Amino acid sequence: MKQIMKALLVAAGALGSAIGVGAATTPAQAQGKTITLCWAAWDPANALVELSKDFTTKTGIGMKFEFVPWTNYADRFLNELNSHGSLCDLIIGDSQWIGGAAENGQYVKLNDFFKKEGISMDDYMPATVVGYSEWPKNTPNYWALPAMGDAVGWTYRKDWFARPDVQKDFKAKYGRDLAVPKTLDELHDIASFFQGRDIDGKKVYGASIYTERGSEGITMGVSNYLYDYGFKYEDPKKPYAMDGFVNSPGAVKGLEAYKELYKCCTPPGASNSYMSEGLDAFKSGQVALQMNFFAFFPGLFKDPNVGGDKIGFFVNPAGPAAQATQLGGQGISVVSYSKNQGEALQYIKWFSGGDVQKKWWALGGYSCAKSVLNDPSFPNSAPFAKEFLQSMGMVVDFWAEPSYAQLLQAEQKRVHDYVVADKGTAQEALDGLVKDWKAVFKEEGK
Amino acid sequence: MNDLSTSSQITYRAVLVEPGVVRRIRGLSDKSLAWLFITPTIVLLLAINIFPLVWTIYLSFTNYRANRPNAPTLWLGTDWYQSILTDPDIWAAMQVTAHFVIWTVVIETVLGFGLAFLIDKKFRGHGVWTTIILLPMMLSPAVVGNFWTFLYQPQIGLFNYLVAFVTGRSASSFQMLGDVTLSPWAIVIVDAWMWTPYVMLICLAGLRSIPDYIYEAAEVDRASNWRQFWSITLPMALPFIMLAVLFRGIENFKMFDMVNLLTGGGPGSTTEVASITLKRAAFESWRTGYSSAFAIILFVTVFGLANIYVKALNRVKSR
Repeated sequence: MKQIMKALLVAAGALGSAIGVGAATTPAQAQGKTITLCWAAWDPANALVELSKDFTTKTGIGMKFEFVPWTNYADRFLNELNSHGSLCDLIIGDSQWIGGAAENGQYVKLNDFFKKEGISMDDYMPATVVGYSEWPKNTPNYWALPAMGDAVGWTYRKDWFARPDVQKDFKAKYGRDLAVPKTLDELHDIASFFQGRDIDGKKVYGASIYTERGSEGITMGVSNYLYDYGFKYEDPKKPYAMDGFVNSPGAVKGLEAYKELYKCCTPPGASNSYMSEGLDAFKSGQVALQMNFFAFFPGLFKDPNVGGDKIGFFVNPAGPAAQATQLGGQGISVVSYSKNQGEALQYIKWFSGGDVQKKWWALGGYSCAKSVLNDPSFPNSAPFAKEFLQSMGMVVDFWAEPSYAQLLQAEQKRVHDYVVADKGTAQEALDGLVKDWKAVFKEEGK
Repeated sequence: MNDLSTSSQITYRAVLVEPGVVRRIRGLSDKSLAWLFITPTIVLLLAINIFPLVWTIYLSFTNYRANRPNAPTLWLGTDWYQSILTDPDIWAAMQVTAHFVIWTVVIETVLGFGLAFLIDKKFRGHGVWTTIILLPMMLSPAVVGNFWTFLYQPQIGLFNYLVAFVTGRSASSFQMLGDVTLSPWAIVIVDAWMWTPYVMLICLAGLRSIPDYIYEAAEVDRASNWRQFWSITLPMALPFIMLAVLFRGIENFKMFDMVNLLTGGGPGSTTEVASITLKRAAFESWRTGYSSAFAIILFVTVFGLANIYVKALNRVKSR
């Protein structure tokens, strides 16, 4: 028995040594440091894992990733930040978090680091710098490096649009050719046209739009209509003055138009849809149009059933007052509770490199660097690149105040109550929203 | 040596040893020993129950926010309590909760008792049926929430097809989770499906505790089945039924996971039960003081109602 035990111990020792030797060959463990990057679990995160292998090769610093599905992303990571957790050394946090994270000391301020390393915010698209890095907005106080540009856009079934029978029917009904919509009215017509239509023996529907109640879905969706109809968060001349801007007659019409689109042209059971439900509806061939973030478009283009020649992309169409779209995307920040801030900053420095940014875009991430986006070849580098560039020039973001979550919850409730639950009028919903937002800002002393 | 001699010897030895010596050997009195055993439990209870409760009560009178620990904490008195008790949205959430609690408890009690009554009759294969009936309550609420979301899906959902098959209307013509009228019932149906077996189990314990001789005496007196049910079965099982109602009432008053997964509180705020409102205030808005006050109000409500109910239960038991 003793001999057996001895043999087992020797074998275990040999195995341990072998593992140890194997690990010693990787640069990460040679340096003995590993940092954790926190983000949402989605397609671009996979691209980032691939990209980050170069960082490990170059610096010897290992990378760990903590990816959480979008529905729990804010809950999980805001809890982590608020409890001063050191799980994340780097975090790709949502654009709206920046005010709270900066004011509560959760992110490391990066101005000195940028200066020392020669990283200039002039090298990034202005909208992404304001949206992802600055707090207070429009001041040179940087808390993140723009990492993942994103905005809401639309996909459509190019193959359905190209069918002669569909084109003929559309022209007969609307007196114009079926084409990519330039206005929200045209979009409504197209969605309405496809709703309940029979395509290859299957009943299809008009559009998949955001209606989710629990997190931020319906707000991210309705904003694309509100902005186009004249909604503004506040008086540009008087901060936090919202009367007549949030609930302007135009904004009311925008909200009504969104509800009309939801009622007329979405698939049955679409009362709680967000990103993944939109993807499911489009990929399963249920809808002609889909509202979703650009981040998903590379994956959709590669889809064997609805991608390639079958899919087309377009920017959020114009409304009567403007043409704008909801900003998505995030910046990458160093968490102030991290014990590996030096290594995390090294990652940011590496990530800001021109070649890395080019590879980031090539792998499926959306670079915010001008060196990538202003390259003459960029618009033709992907079927949605031109639309992405156009969208990034017309983005508007939600409040990024420290109290953004309360502001968001109020809009989620008011809009969902009106659009999905049929409670009250659009005017009442937006008047109520102004009241709620005023109460939040009053509590904040603003 | 017989048993008697052994015990005599023990007694003899016990008399020989002086009490002072016992104390010296053991080092602890009975009272000290008792304290030694219960102290860890008391400390644990104080740490994880009493202290958080006292701390929550304190926070409910302040403007404290857990995400801003460095901000000055101001004493607000009863401001949050007044604001919560006069907030129409809170009352709406309480109404949604009341609807959910009342209907789930009524349905689960009626069906649970009915099932227990049937299972109690020892028919062939009743053990298998009992196991099958108990399956839903063994599942995680998260799993139940997710798969009922699919069952309620208007285009592919089994529930909608079943209703369509029975009623003749189109399966995609109604949305259980997206309709203001139907969604409060959708969550009641899922809870009833999941927890009726639990009520059944408690009722079954009640039915099995009734001695057979009582029924035999009733048979001798030629009491009908109906009379036996009303005069023996129901009164004797009533304390168990009431216990099941108490457990389900308290559980459903604080229902969160399943409803959150099924509807997220929507459409609009139609299914926003109190615990969802509380979670949003506490962990999304980070209004710690406000949510502490709301939690205390909910606690007092449940505690008060449960106390009244337990008194009624004790009266029934003592009859």
